[in-house]
Amino acid sequence: MTVSVSVADLSKSFAQVPALKAINTLFAGGQITGLVGPDGAGKTTLMRLLAGLMTPDTGAITVAGFDTVTQKIQVHEATGYMPQRFGLYEDLSVQENLRLYAALRELPEQQREATFTRLLKFTGLTPFTTRLASRLSGGMKQKLGLACALIARPQVLLLDEPSVGVDPLSRRELWKMVRELSGEGMVVVWSTAYLDEADNCDIVVLLDDGAIAYQGSPQKLSQRLDGRSYLASHVRGDRRQWLVRALETEGVRDGVIQGDSLRLVLSQAQPTSALKELVAAAGGELSAVAPRFEDAYIDLLGGGPGGHSEIAARMEPVADSRSTMVECKGLTKRFGEFVATDNVSFSVARGEILGLLGPNGAGKSTTFKMLCGLLKPSAGEALVAGIDLRRSSSAAKLKLGYMAQKFSLYGLLSVRQNLDFFSGIYGLRGRLRQQRIEEMIEVFELDPYLQSSPDVLPLGFKQRLALACALMHRPDILFLDEPTSGVDPITRREFWTHITGLVNNGVTVLVTTHFMDEAEYCDRVALVNQGQLIALDTPDALKASVATAALPEPTMEEAFIGLIETQNALLQTEALT
Amino acid sequence: MSSGRRFRALVLKESLQVLRDPSALLIAFVMPPLLLFMFAFAVSLDVSHVSIGVVMESDGPYAQSLAAAYAGSSYLDVTPARHRKQLELHLVTGELKALVVIDQEFETAMRDPQRAAKIQVLTDGSFPNSASFTGGYAQGVFNNWLVGQGLQPEGGVILQQRFWFNPEMDSRRVLVPGVIAIVMTIIGTLLTALVVAREWERGTMEAIMSTPARMPEIIFSKLLPYYVLGMLATVACAFLGVQVLGVPLRGSLTALMLVSAVFLVPALGQGLLISTVFKNQFMAAQVAIMSGFLPALLLSGFIFEIQSMPKALQWVTQVIPARYFVDALRTVFLAGDIWPVLLVNMAWLLAVGALFFGLTMKRFRGGLD
Repeated sequence: MTVSVSVADLSKSFAQVPALKAINTLFAGGQITGLVGPDGAGKTTLMRLLAGLMTPDTGAITVAGFDTVTQKIQVHEATGYMPQRFGLYEDLSVQENLRLYAALRELPEQQREATFTRLLKFTGLTPFTTRLASRLSGGMKQKLGLACALIARPQVLLLDEPSVGVDPLSRRELWKMVRELSGEGMVVVWSTAYLDEADNCDIVVLLDDGAIAYQGSPQKLSQRLDGRSYLASHVRGDRRQWLVRALETEGVRDGVIQGDSLRLVLSQAQPTSALKELVAAAGGELSAVAPRFEDAYIDLLGGGPGGHSEIAARMEPVADSRSTMVECKGLTKRFGEFVATDNVSFSVARGEILGLLGPNGAGKSTTFKMLCGLLKPSAGEALVAGIDLRRSSSAAKLKLGYMAQKFSLYGLLSVRQNLDFFSGIYGLRGRLRQQRIEEMIEVFELDPYLQSSPDVLPLGFKQRLALACALMHRPDILFLDEPTSGVDPITRREFWTHITGLVNNGVTVLVTTHFMDEAEYCDRVALVNQGQLIALDTPDALKASVATAALPEPTMEEAFIGLIETQNALLQTEALT
Repeated sequence: MSSGRRFRALVLKESLQVLRDPSALLIAFVMPPLLLFMFAFAVSLDVSHVSIGVVMESDGPYAQSLAAAYAGSSYLDVTPARHRKQLELHLVTGELKALVVIDQEFETAMRDPQRAAKIQVLTDGSFPNSASFTGGYAQGVFNNWLVGQGLQPEGGVILQQRFWFNPEMDSRRVLVPGVIAIVMTIIGTLLTALVVAREWERGTMEAIMSTPARMPEIIFSKLLPYYVLGMLATVACAFLGVQVLGVPLRGSLTALMLVSAVFLVPALGQGLLISTVFKNQFMAAQVAIMSGFLPALLLSGFIFEIQSMPKALQWVTQVIPARYFVDALRTVFLAGDIWPVLLVNMAWLLAVGALFFGLTMKRFRGGLD
């Protein structure tokens, strides 16, 4: 008999607000089921219900033949669950975490050593058994979390966004491991915000606003878009501006940048004449391509947010006319013996988007913090808008806007108070201050939420508020540190629409991200690995640099992985000789 | 269903975390002696070496003899003067706590058996507490002096006071048991609230709850290391109190340990309840201080006597575990193993503890709902 998880008429509300509405589905063994949907669609709630950690309001869940309410213990024995937040003890070592979960899951003593050896080898953690979990990189933590969830060979594996904030290399390894497990007949439910992962799943369940909007194979959903996905290839000039214009064109439902091409989803099977004209003007060629899961996903959820950025339309062009806005030479940061940033030099032109990419723990954030004046370099120099950060970092700070990972907003202040606060710390006063605050409220449509805490805002609005706070003083340079980590595709598109608009006004942008599709929006990408800058070029040039006969058209992700692996191999041979 | 192994693994994990967390060890082993010495030396409620001024407006032998008696008192530091004008300013600035004025009439009155001799005592009423016992000291010295002169003080009755349990009226003896209660409240309630809230905050609680580990296993394995920590801190405090500060332990060590062990039940229960309700460290710390530490300090009878509080406040103290603990500890230290007193207090402690644990279990059972 094969294992399965069945969900019948499942409903769950929190304080009268429905989170899940009459869900019916079946998760079968031997395949990976992807759980996708926008933020707040109910993915985590469903995961917790499946793990027997919550009680349904109505309906029932049967996990491997056991009811999640009346047979909780059996359900817990049959499942391995990896919550969104690692669930590891950071002050315990890798080995101690494994021992703890082995005991909790009652793994027989005689099997223990063999299981540990197998899992450590499987996750590549063997060299790090005595390291504290807090000292592991993000990707390694996720692998350890997976190892802990796998200890007693569960029949059902529940993974809640295991790849958030994990670099593409680690993400691919994680995926390979889980694929292997599902081959053994395990039920795997993998919730994710990465639609390329969903595309690789056997089955996807798409939740929207607490209800199932689609379930079935991802290919089947993609097929619905047959004849509506187009590629406008080799556009000349500013491809971001061409995308904005394409999105404003009649009959275009969604679009993204792919190298020097635009990927467009149409409302109908045939491109309109307006679109044809536009593509011709851009010097590109329009051709039908096979739809991706992401195309169908966006279409199903009502299409992309369009290409117009109201805030960019309101902002006057950047007055500073120097050609180089950010420049660093030999930038180095040492923490004791450890070199986090090693002799990094680059410059960013006015109105350019520079993407900083690299594996977890590569030194991206350290480099970033030095450029924002938050960290003092051990050596080298950094000029921001012509100002030396070592001499006058506060003058430079007024020129730059900073948006940190996870939006650093104050949860105990209301939305209005957050705006007041940030306008104040950036030195805005009097009429101008009021004017800018009112403008942000109007442009980002924050009016209904002014009295609420940012914590309770829908994610899209939280992101708008964070951006508003970073923009009120009209910075010439924007630093964005993983601004979209864990954010769903539609909200990310809206974000990039604003960034595109701002850059068009002459704002310079530095951004770190783990989303390879976002790297495509950048003018140039700096690839950082083990503290060193290993490549700096346009996205297309980076892709071309790893192209081989076997892989003539590598994706950004393949380029990333290829370049990192080449350098790691190089460093290893160096260490050996 | 052998849960022994799971339980042992959880206890081991918790113990490793305690040993690796410098703040837990600091709270358990550095803070107790610190508090103990602070309360013993700095917050003494006794008054000795009070600065007073003695104004001798008369120069006669009686006045001289009385002034000498004041100067000779070990409780008083005397500044002599001829005129009260010389010292009044010092009373205003607070350098002197009282003025004793021996006026010109005094000498005459002493020589005349028909008249009662009088002196004037001026005290600084802005510190009512010290004013009243400074006045008392001044009065006491005068009365003793009169008896020494073969005269009877006014009223003709001589009070012979005896203080039971604490004959020297040394407040340190009363404070040390109170400090133990404070330390145990901090370890039991504050530390527990913090560590359990941390598990919720970091998501480890969610991961643990998804394993076959049962609810009571998770809860009690969490508490056991802190129970041991609390008991060790009690032993350390008692040892320091008896050996270094000279506080008598009239009851048995067994009774002391038993009372302390029982107190940890409501203290840990309260910490657990707080962390289960608030689930974040900042809130848990705030609530633990407001509902655990401050009441233990202010409403337990440690510093302020419960009987002299307003009735409504007296009722509030009923649910404050530290109140019963302070009472029981004082009994053990100063009076001995008076079981009727100890048992009543322990019964109350267990009742309050059962309330806290019951509420926690109820909240926990619902899982993440």
